[in-house]
Amino acid sequence: MELVVEKRLLPSRRLSIAAPVLSTLAALLISAVPIYLGGVNPLYGYTQLLRGAVGNKLALTETFVIFAPLLLCGIAVALAFTCKFWNIGAEGQLYCGGLIGSLFAVYATSVPSIIAIPVMMILGFLGGAAWAAWPAILKVKLKVDEVVTTLLGNWVMTYAVAAILFGPWKNPVTGWPESPVISDTTNYPILIEGSRFHLGIIIAMLVALAFYVIIRKTKWGFELLGIGGNQTASYAAGINVSRQIILAAIVSGGIAGLAGIGQVAGIEFHMKTDLSPGFGYTGVVIAMVGALSPIGVVLASFLMAVIVQGTQAMHRATGVPWALAETIQGIILLCLLVGLFFTKYRVKLRMR
Amino acid sequence: MLDVILITGVLSATMRLATPLVYGTIGETFSERAGVLNLGIEGMMLMGASTGFLVGYTSGNLWLGVFAAAMIGVLLGLIMAFLTVSIGAQQHVAGLGLTIACSGFSFYLYRVTIENVGGVQPHVEPFATIPIPYLSQIPIIGEVLFDQHALAYLGLILVPLSAFILFRTRFGLALRAVGENPSAAATAGIDVFKMRYLCLCIAGALSAIGGAWLSLAQSGMFLPGLTQGRGWVCIALVVFANWSPFRVLGGAILFGGIDAVQLSLQSVGWQIPYQLFLMLPYVLTIAALIAVSRRARAPAALLSAYKRED
Amino acid sequence: MANDDFVVEMRDIVKTFPGVTANDHINFQLHRGEIHSLLGENGAGKTTLMNVLYGMYRPESGEIRVNGKRVLFDSPQDAIAMRIGMIHQHFMLVPAMNVTENVILGLRSNRVVVDEASAEKRIGDLASSYGLKVEPHSFIWQLSVGEQQRVEILKAVYREAHILILDEPTAVLTPNESKDLFRILRKMKDEGKSIVYISHKLEEVMEISDTITVLRNGKLVANVLKKDTSKVELAKMMVGREVVFTLSKPPTKIGQPVLQVSNLSALNDRKMPALRNVSFDVKGGEILGIAGVSGNGQRELADVLTGRRKVTGGRINVCGTDVTDVTPREIVDLNVGFIPEDRVGVGLIMGLPILNNAIIKKYRDFSKGPLLDYRVASDYAKHIVSEYGVKTPNIAYPTRTLSGGNLQKLILARELARDPTLLVASQPTRGLDVGATEEIRAKLLDERARGRGVLLISEDLDEILSLSDRIAVIFQGEIMGIIDAESAKLEDIGLMMAGSKRMGES
Repeated sequence: MELVVEKRLLPSRRLSIAAPVLSTLAALLISAVPIYLGGVNPLYGYTQLLRGAVGNKLALTETFVIFAPLLLCGIAVALAFTCKFWNIGAEGQLYCGGLIGSLFAVYATSVPSIIAIPVMMILGFLGGAAWAAWPAILKVKLKVDEVVTTLLGNWVMTYAVAAILFGPWKNPVTGWPESPVISDTTNYPILIEGSRFHLGIIIAMLVALAFYVIIRKTKWGFELLGIGGNQTASYAAGINVSRQIILAAIVSGGIAGLAGIGQVAGIEFHMKTDLSPGFGYTGVVIAMVGALSPIGVVLASFLMAVIVQGTQAMHRATGVPWALAETIQGIILLCLLVGLFFTKYRVKLRMR
Repeated sequence: MLDVILITGVLSATMRLATPLVYGTIGETFSERAGVLNLGIEGMMLMGASTGFLVGYTSGNLWLGVFAAAMIGVLLGLIMAFLTVSIGAQQHVAGLGLTIACSGFSFYLYRVTIENVGGVQPHVEPFATIPIPYLSQIPIIGEVLFDQHALAYLGLILVPLSAFILFRTRFGLALRAVGENPSAAATAGIDVFKMRYLCLCIAGALSAIGGAWLSLAQSGMFLPGLTQGRGWVCIALVVFANWSPFRVLGGAILFGGIDAVQLSLQSVGWQIPYQLFLMLPYVLTIAALIAVSRRARAPAALLSAYKRED
Repeated sequence: MANDDFVVEMRDIVKTFPGVTANDHINFQLHRGEIHSLLGENGAGKTTLMNVLYGMYRPESGEIRVNGKRVLFDSPQDAIAMRIGMIHQHFMLVPAMNVTENVILGLRSNRVVVDEASAEKRIGDLASSYGLKVEPHSFIWQLSVGEQQRVEILKAVYREAHILILDEPTAVLTPNESKDLFRILRKMKDEGKSIVYISHKLEEVMEISDTITVLRNGKLVANVLKKDTSKVELAKMMVGREVVFTLSKPPTKIGQPVLQVSNLSALNDRKMPALRNVSFDVKGGEILGIAGVSGNGQRELADVLTGRRKVTGGRINVCGTDVTDVTPREIVDLNVGFIPEDRVGVGLIMGLPILNNAIIKKYRDFSKGPLLDYRVASDYAKHIVSEYGVKTPNIAYPTRTLSGGNLQKLILARELARDPTLLVASQPTRGLDVGATEEIRAKLLDERARGRGVLLISEDLDEILSLSDRIAVIFQGEIMGIIDAESAKLEDIGLMMAGSKRMGES
């Protein structure tokens, strides 16, 4: 008796949709183990998770608050991954965007919102874009692996931000490692009374729409798909591979930058050293779980938001350490990889 | 005039701080020489640190902690191998997923196991250094090279041992072939899957030991972020060392040195924000990568999943 | 023949892959001390059968006997242990390692440490006894293709192989090197070794074999002694019908030059000269065939003409426009069609839908501003796919669902539908079955008839001879001669291919 692995001729459509769902369920099942080890009934824990994420209107708005930066990071990474630019640096790009945007936002007290907010957003975008540009150029011109450069770039940027916020730009009022408060005119307006549901959430969804249009309807999206599918063949067919990769990286970084400035303008109102609890890395998980597709990314982002928000609630209710959220994210990704395998291959038992 | 004591202190710290880098990078070298990029290394280090600390703390035996860490490392290596070799998943993604999961789980495990006793951070008495008789009396060099932790000595032995294995043994020949041209290796009768599994287990064990060093020898505690991204530095160091063990030692010492200088500058009390020095290793690694990118010869089959025909 | 004189016996072998039966109940017997050819076209199942024998594949059913004993191979290690050696068409060598390391790779031994010195000595002894010149310290990437093949042979001999399988060994050799190889094979046969020779070349098979087994479409067609058959008979068995050795080529009106190449020089990937002062032209309405053994600069020539490699000297001119060192985009915009040698690597994006590959050179025409009109593009793709006979139920399916022949037809459809003035076709029928080959050759002749210029680069001399109007022979990056196809003499071409002669307007 032995296991035989056979490649499927056509990847199974049904399984392609089922895979992320089944993987998530499998991950939740596996994650029940650590919950149990923590002395909590997993079923009770998960109920608290769901209640804390979508149980009532306030919880739901909070979930959307987390959804926004996750969605933006997910899109950022998915866009880059589409042309096989492995942008693991969304975290650093997020911080850079937040930083550059805040530099304007803190001092824009006399600029009316109608101008200040768009300008701040553009600067946030540019900040993130810049931090993705140099790894892209290094990759294209010198063939330096972008996985390592974008990864290390995260650390450089977070330290740089810390150096600035502990140093010259420390909040003179509170003495904490955060920037002075941003101007009221640059705050994202709250859209639902009594909650923290802010403009940034709508912006994130618009960016998702833009991502959809880019991938499915534009020349550029066509070219990116080609480059990701086979760079050599795309080049031979006349596509300007270098330019498109750099462009994709820049846009990707910019979107991550929007996530950063969104957190500043919508939630924190200061530039902070702990602006993001790893949204950039979660973005990678989201991009993969969402199979790099616009709809998939939206769904996966919402799933992750539920998990992040829900585990906080679960923590408050049961005492399960909140580090579980990160663990579950990782396990979902790993289960998904296993699930992906089954969409491409058939496993049979054979008599020998 | 720079203080001799200060210099000795910095050099000694260099060797200490280089130790986890040596373990992690040698482990990663094995894995990449066999064709697998192991981005799970950061997670493996964290799990090693956490497990090592927890076992050391609860059992009172630090070496048991190191052993437990190594075992966890092997387990994580098996998982990574399953994902990248058997399932053929994309190596970047599998590694990242593993790191994210381990990152969370290492801290989760810690919190679940240790009930927080008042505000007191649980800690162990870290490994003591083991001075080698006579040799450690030599001025300066004695303290730097011959008054180190046991794991550091083992690490120093690890370097030439790995070089010997890689370049002088049949096993090493087979390993390198797997990383260069797995089809050729398979045709020659080498079991590519087994080799990659084995190398990932080695990488896992070594990285975890490196992590255990951080919690059991350097700080005596476990904190989130204990590794400070050292796993990622190891990834870069492998490229920097052109996948060769002796160069790994050089790179590890270089970066350990920067770390050591940065720590001592903090105590000297310079006005420059210390984060800039924390940043330095990463900036320098990136610069080094740029410098070697022309020269670097990666194993040709790195990152490609190898599929058996059958 | 007595049964117990079979050194290898394969009975009723069945081997399938998803969607195809590569070996369909095949029987094969190898006598001791004979050279036995496995003849068949590309895709007939010859390599698969021998891969089964060598332990690389596990057959679905059937049994194998070596020296009368039933065997079950789990891997090549087992086959090697039974003294079977295989020299593959695509060498299984590690470029970054040297000859010695490659030869001893994977050898079963009790020693942990590699004894390079004694291995080198043994390699040297074996090499000289067979007349194989190799330098044990050289790295594989430094060796020529012929030298690499010698390393492969050494590997088998070093492991004391008594049964040798060679897969299309002369595909990469010059006529002289082929003669050397045959000499070595005959010496091995004299020593009592048994040899399986896989080939689709009738001339060679008639020259070297004692026995011939013919496969077609995965099935056994015939097993004959060389002395009982002829080239014509074999061809018929191989292909299943009367084979016409020449295609009808009607005369065309030769027009203006569409491609002019003067004093072209370029380097290969190892920074060595690959093209030296190459000059030729291709006129509208003709096919210029570039003949030569693989590895003499053909790949670099195609690269340079399609904007994928820089020149180190000389000029390229397409329809009056200088295109030396331009980007592939400009080549595409100038309406040059390209059928690359590496279909899957350079010509197609396998993971994307057939639609994407079909429009990849024309998508800008379907765009208004940044937006791409997929509806119009889809119609176009459907149209060309059906016109060129690409068999697929849906153009939205991933391209990798297409068979080899259909992949090439897709490329052809994409290139020819753009009505190129110049078509560069590199190994257009390699690896394809007879039907697909004929269709593609017919299409090339169509282009010629419509007044377009075709540059045909092919290692298949028969193809060059039957399709070209003029033939240019390339050897080590130089054009040895350009001659008229009608009056060409095979010996001249052979000599030029081997670098021994120059002719014509070189």
